[in-house]
Amino acid sequence: MTDYNFAYLDEQTKRMIRRAILKGLAIPGYQVPFASREMPMPYGWGTGGVQVSAAVLTPQDKLKVIDQGADDTTNAVSIRTFFERTAGVETTTTTREATVIQTRHRIPEEPLTEDQILVYQVPIPEPLRFLEPRESETRKMHSLEEYGLMHVKLYEDISRHGHIATSYAYPVKVEGRYVMDPSPIPKFDNPKLGDMAAIQLFGAGREQRIYALPPYTQVVSLDFEDHPFEASKADQICGLCGATDSYLDEVIVDDAGGRLFCCSDTDYCASRRAAGHQGTVLPTSEALA
Amino acid sequence: MYVAVKGGERAIENAHAWLAEERRGDTSVAELSIAQIKEQLKLAVDRVMAEGSLYDPDLAALAIKQSRGDLIEAIFLIRAYRTTLPRFGATEPVGTSTMACDRRISATFKDLPGGQILGPTFDYTHRLLDFKLAADGDVPEAPTREVTQHEVPHVTEFLNREGLIEEAPRDDTPPPDLTREPLEMPADRALRLQALTRSDEGFTLGLAYSTQRGYARNHAFVGELRIGAVAVEMDIPELGFAVEIGEITVTECETVNQFKGSKTEPPQFTRGYGLVFGQSERKAISMALVDRALRWEELGEDNVGAPAQDTEFVLYHADNIQATGFLEHIKLPHYVDFQSELELVRKLRREAGADQVPEAAE
Amino acid sequence: MEAEVLSGGFADPAIQSAHAFRSVMEAMARPGTLQHISGAEPPAPLSKAAGAVLLTLCDTETGVYLAGEADCDAVRAWLAFHTGAPLTGPSHCMFAVGTWDALNPLSAYPIGTSEYPDRSATLIVECAELAQSGATLTGPGIKTNVALSVPGIDAFQKNRTLFPLGLDFIFTCEGHLAALPRTTQVSAPIGATEVC
Repeated sequence: MTDYNFAYLDEQTKRMIRRAILKGLAIPGYQVPFASREMPMPYGWGTGGVQVSAAVLTPQDKLKVIDQGADDTTNAVSIRTFFERTAGVETTTTTREATVIQTRHRIPEEPLTEDQILVYQVPIPEPLRFLEPRESETRKMHSLEEYGLMHVKLYEDISRHGHIATSYAYPVKVEGRYVMDPSPIPKFDNPKLGDMAAIQLFGAGREQRIYALPPYTQVVSLDFEDHPFEASKADQICGLCGATDSYLDEVIVDDAGGRLFCCSDTDYCASRRAAGHQGTVLPTSEALA
Repeated sequence: MYVAVKGGERAIENAHAWLAEERRGDTSVAELSIAQIKEQLKLAVDRVMAEGSLYDPDLAALAIKQSRGDLIEAIFLIRAYRTTLPRFGATEPVGTSTMACDRRISATFKDLPGGQILGPTFDYTHRLLDFKLAADGDVPEAPTREVTQHEVPHVTEFLNREGLIEEAPRDDTPPPDLTREPLEMPADRALRLQALTRSDEGFTLGLAYSTQRGYARNHAFVGELRIGAVAVEMDIPELGFAVEIGEITVTECETVNQFKGSKTEPPQFTRGYGLVFGQSERKAISMALVDRALRWEELGEDNVGAPAQDTEFVLYHADNIQATGFLEHIKLPHYVDFQSELELVRKLRREAGADQVPEAAE
Repeated sequence: MEAEVLSGGFADPAIQSAHAFRSVMEAMARPGTLQHISGAEPPAPLSKAAGAVLLTLCDTETGVYLAGEADCDAVRAWLAFHTGAPLTGPSHCMFAVGTWDALNPLSAYPIGTSEYPDRSATLIVECAELAQSGATLTGPGIKTNVALSVPGIDAFQKNRTLFPLGLDFIFTCEGHLAALPRTTQVSAPIGATEVC
C-alpha cells in the first residue's frame, strides 16, 4: 500500500504522539493529553492503541495483536491486518517472538522481556471518571493528589459486600503518586503491571490521552490493610492444557449449560499443548487448528 | 464438545464481500452515480460535509454511496480521510456579508435592506407525499430574475447602531484547532463554535430544543438566516496578498436573544451564532441556540444546571463519530471482563448464601 | 541557500525517524542506558545525535531554544529548513539544545503546571563524552541502579524534588544518547567519597 505513509499516520502526527509518549514515560501514570486523530476504525475500537503502535513501530518489528488474550478474535485480526497493510511489518501470534504487542483487556501470561513493548487500548483512561464525570474536576484531583473519593468508593464496597466489588480496570497507584486506570484488564493481571521488564504504553484515542509505565516501575493496586488486594481468577484448571496459573475464560459448550474453562491467552495455551500438556477435555481437531 | 471460535480473518473477509453485495442491491436496478447523489441528495451531501469537516461534495457523495446512505458512517469515512490530508495553511475568515444569498430571511423585521429571499425552502411546502415523483421526476423550470450582486448587511448591524445588541468586535486571535489539539476545558467561544459546527445534527437539535422548553431558556429570535456562496481567500506570502481559491456554500444563523442586563451591563439583546457548511438551517439555528446557552458565564447569567449550559457535557458528547464508536464498541468481545465479574458475583452470592439454584429453575 | 542547510536531514523520514524515536524512547524509558541514534548530519556544533533528536521530535508546533554556540546561523537555517520549528527563548521552549554550561541556569525553563506537568521543557544536553560511569541513577526504568556520566548531581537532585513537575534531559554525544527523566534519583558514584 503506497497511498498512505508508513504506519498510516503522517509524520507530524507521529511526532506529536511521540512527544506525548516521552512525557508519559517521564511522568509515569500521568495522562498526557494528545490530539488524537480520526483513524480508519471507530473510536472505542482501539484507535488509541493503534496510534501509539503506529508511532513506535519500525519496519523491523514483529507485531502481535490480542483482544481478550486471543490472537484470533475479530478485532485483533482487523488491527493486525491494518498494520500488515500500512506498515508492512511482520506479525506473529507467539508472545516470545513479538517486539511490539498491542492488547485489549489482557496482559500475556508469559513474562515479557526488555526487548518488548506492550501497547494497551484504553477506553476510559480516567480512573476517577465514574466517581466524577467532569474532566476539569478530575484534573484538579490528580494535581492535588486528592484520591480520597476513590478510597471511599472502594471502602463502601467492602462495607456493603465484604469485598472490593471491582474485578477489572482495578485502579493502581504508580510510584506513590498518580492513580492510574490499567485499562479493563482483569485484576488477575494487575500484579504483572509493576516491575515489568517491558515498556508499557497506554493509548486512549477518543479520550485523547496517552500514559505510560517505564520498565521496573512501582505499581500498587489500591487496597486497605484489613482488605488486601487479591488477584483472582476462576478456581479451575484449563480444560485444554491443564494450566493452573493462567486466567481462564468460561465457555458454555452445550444446550444444558455445560461449561469449559480454558486459557484466555491462546498462545500460552497452544504452546503448552504443543509441549505435551493436556487438560481434562479433549479438544476437537478444529480447536487445535 | 467445545469448538473454539476460529477463522476470524475469513469471517471478516466474507462479511466484507456480503456487505459489498448488499450495498449494490439488486443488480437489475441501475447503479447510483456519484453525480446523482451530489445533485439529488444534496442535503445529505451537505450534512456529511458539515459534520465531516471537509468541504468536498464529490467525496461526500462517494461516502454516502459507500455507506449505503448511513450518514454517520459516511461522515466517519470523510473524517478518516480528512486526517490524512496535508495542511497548506489557513484561509482568511469568510465574509458572509458579501455572500451571494440563495436564501436570506429575518424573523425580527418585516422587511430590511437586501430584502427577504425565501429561496429553495421546504418551509411552506405541504408535507404531502408527491406520488408523481415516484414515476417521473421532471420539473418545470423555476422562474428567475436578475441578480444584482451587492453587499447584504447583517440585521444585527442595524441593532448594533442603536447599541441595542451586545458588541461583537472583530477579534483576530487565531482560533484554537480542535482537530490538532486535545480538547481542553474551559473552552473559549471560538473552540465551542468549532465543536458545534461539526457536532451531530440530532444532538444539537435536541439540546437547542431543550433550551426552548425551559432548560436555560434564552428567548431566541432568528435575527437572520442566510444561505449562499462565499468566496474563500487565502493569503499567499509569496504574493503579499490574498487570492480567491474557491467558493463554498454555507448557512449562517444569527439569533437575537433577550438579556435582562447584569450589574455591569444595561439590558440589551445578545447574540447566538451558527455557521455550517452547505445548506443546513436546522443545524445552523440549533447551533446558534446552543452557542447562546453556553455563553451564560461570560454574560453574567445564572447557571441553572441545564444540559445546554454545561460546556463539558455538550462538547464531550456532541461528536457523533466519537459517540457512535464508543457506543458500538460494546459489541466487541468483553468476555474477559465479564468473566471477572462473573467470578465476583458468584463469590458474593456464595457468601450471601444465595448460590443454591432454586428448584424451579432446573 | 547553502548546501549545508539543505543536506543532513533524514533521507527517508518515515523510517529513519521511526528508528531514531525508538532510540530516544528506550533512553527515556531506561534512564542511564546508552542508545545509538543515526540519520542526521547537522552543521557544527550540533552532534549527530542531537540533530537526529531534533529531526525526530520538532516541527512547527514546538518552540526550540538554541543555547550558546548552538545558536548560530548554520544551525538556525538547518533547523528551520528541516523542521520549521520556531526559535524561542528558554522560558517558552519545549526543547532546548546546547552544552550544559550554555543551557544553565535550569530555572529559566518551563517545568509544567500541577494540572499539566507534561508542559515542561526537554533539554538536549550536548556532552563531550557520555559513558556508563559516574553518578548512580535509580528510579523508574532502572532495575537496581545504573551509572551515567551526568554533568552534575545537585541540579538533578533539585529537579527530582519538583516531581511531578520538572525538566527531562537527553544527553547527546556524537552518535549516542542517554536520558534522564525527572523521576530519576541521582546520587554520588557508589564508593566515591566526594562528588565529582
